Amino acid sequence: MSTGILVLVEHLKGTMADITFEMLGVGRKVAAAQGGQVHAVLLGKNVAALATRLGAADSVLLADEPSLEQASAEVIVPLLQQLMAQKQASLVLLGGTNASFGLGVQLSARMKVPFVNFCKGARVEGGSLVLTSQLFSGKILSDVKLADGKGIVSIYPGAFPAEAGRSDKTPPVEKVAVPPGSPKVVFKRYIEPDTSDVDITKQSVLVAVGRGVQNADNISLAEDLAKTLGGAVCASRPVIDQGWLPLSRQVGKSGMSVAPKLYLALGISGAPEHCEGMKGAQLIVAINTDPKAPIFDVAHYGANADCLEIIELLKEAVEKKKTK
Amino acid sequence: MNLFVLLKMVPDTVEELNIASDGKSLDSEYLRFKLNDPDEHALEEALLLKERAGGKVTVVALDAPEVDDALFMALAKGADRAVKIPADQASLGTVATARMFATFLASGGGQITPDTLVLPGSQAIDDLEGEVAAYLGEALSLPYVGVVSSVSPVNGKVVVLKEFSGGMRGEFEVTLPAVLGIQSAEKPPRYVPVAKVRAVMKSAKIETADIAPPESAKALAVERMYKPEVAGRAQMLEGTPEDIAVRIASLLAERGII
Repeated sequence: MSTGILVLVEHLKGTMADITFEMLGVGRKVAAAQGGQVHAVLLGKNVAALATRLGAADSVLLADEPSLEQASAEVIVPLLQQLMAQKQASLVLLGGTNASFGLGVQLSARMKVPFVNFCKGARVEGGSLVLTSQLFSGKILSDVKLADGKGIVSIYPGAFPAEAGRSDKTPPVEKVAVPPGSPKVVFKRYIEPDTSDVDITKQSVLVAVGRGVQNADNISLAEDLAKTLGGAVCASRPVIDQGWLPLSRQVGKSGMSVAPKLYLALGISGAPEHCEGMKGAQLIVAINTDPKAPIFDVAHYGANADCLEIIELLKEAVEKKKTK
Repeated sequence: MNLFVLLKMVPDTVEELNIASDGKSLDSEYLRFKLNDPDEHALEEALLLKERAGGKVTVVALDAPEVDDALFMALAKGADRAVKIPADQASLGTVATARMFATFLASGGGQITPDTLVLPGSQAIDDLEGEVAAYLGEALSLPYVGVVSSVSPVNGKVVVLKEFSGGMRGEFEVTLPAVLGIQSAEKPPRYVPVAKVRAVMKSAKIETADIAPPESAKALAVERMYKPEVAGRAQMLEGTPEDIAVRIASLLAERGII
């Protein structure tokens, strides 16, 4: 089988996202095993300059137009559909990101090929592509086989090596025409995160709280501890959704990516969406009542305990150490 | 506004999940179900929209364990109408589920008026085949936006906020009718006392809409389902809470963090 592989390039406000290189690496791996060309699809406004970084692809399919800034599924999906036909592509790789959310689903419905979500592993086995996906907040893995290699796959960010998709080569660029239309979803503007309170990306110590903190009143305990440690409090999605802390404190897929010297995770289970934003921390210490919580897979040190029982004791212990 | 919220029950991951003897699915014996988190937010956003702009909120769900409780809970919170499609959610993949919702909405059961907003949760933890919201947009040929965290009616359209990464959000203007996958509501989902839910159970009824599962939409065939092997496990600190606190403080001191 020798067919094309499309990779939809991920970028936000002129910055290339690492997931792009991860996808190109996967594309190269599949192409090496099955043959075929890898095409990077670069769509957006003022994005042409990014093409030079896509040397791991055999070609770049570029559409650079103002109307493509954060264009919605109704614009992108028909474009990808057209490119699949043109390049005889049987496999399309998309980022498992908020930006590309829903594109794969709609493309798969139109092309009548399967869509595989949350993909964090890919291997070629006897001519078939076997994909591993993580389900149920990372607690279960499932393998599915794309027998004829046809499908749309959403690649989980951080699951594959980005290095495999980087290259110094200069890829040939092919311009793609965008059919005119009057979309029903129109991008208006970006809203930057409000970090006037605390910029958690600049903190060297973060005390992170999750569902295990149980209620809004307990946030102040975490704040006291953070103060003692010389850091700030951040949180996983459930805490932010409850309104216990502002949006600027959210770590994870939609929130901030942080890489502090210390990330102390209190009552955080470690859903993949959260770990995506904190696994770069130098030292991760996690406290959780569930001994099987996925947070213990990314943490360096862990304790199977109720964080509410530890939080004040830890503050005392730190104060004692500091006065010594 | 004519607001539809689609509800889905998912296994509660607080409980231990086990693999069934077929090696391809979850063991259902000890599974506890809860309403999918983003769906709870979708309901809240719909109720907020109803309060601000007026209208009617209809909640729709396929049959699943404890789904009646979720539907009554929605009525107690302020939904006007609850509909159950008596087809077993567990046996259907996302594509089939979306088609059934689409049939419901396109048939007399739903009716898409010019001021209709269909609000599924943005995604669920078992969405191996993708998200219902995007499929529904496609099946109904309606505009779709996912990962939405705010919806405001403006001049017959809606202005929505979609989450990107790094705390960045984008503002979009969407022509109605539309499908919006809700990630989180503008306010935390409201609390409703159990007594009120009980009262609603006595006074209100869940409607039934008989819709046959589509024959052609086969779920993605799972070859194998298994628990992840742990690669780099944390070094676990044992002892009393006092012991653990002292150990952590020592670790931080050794590394010059304190």
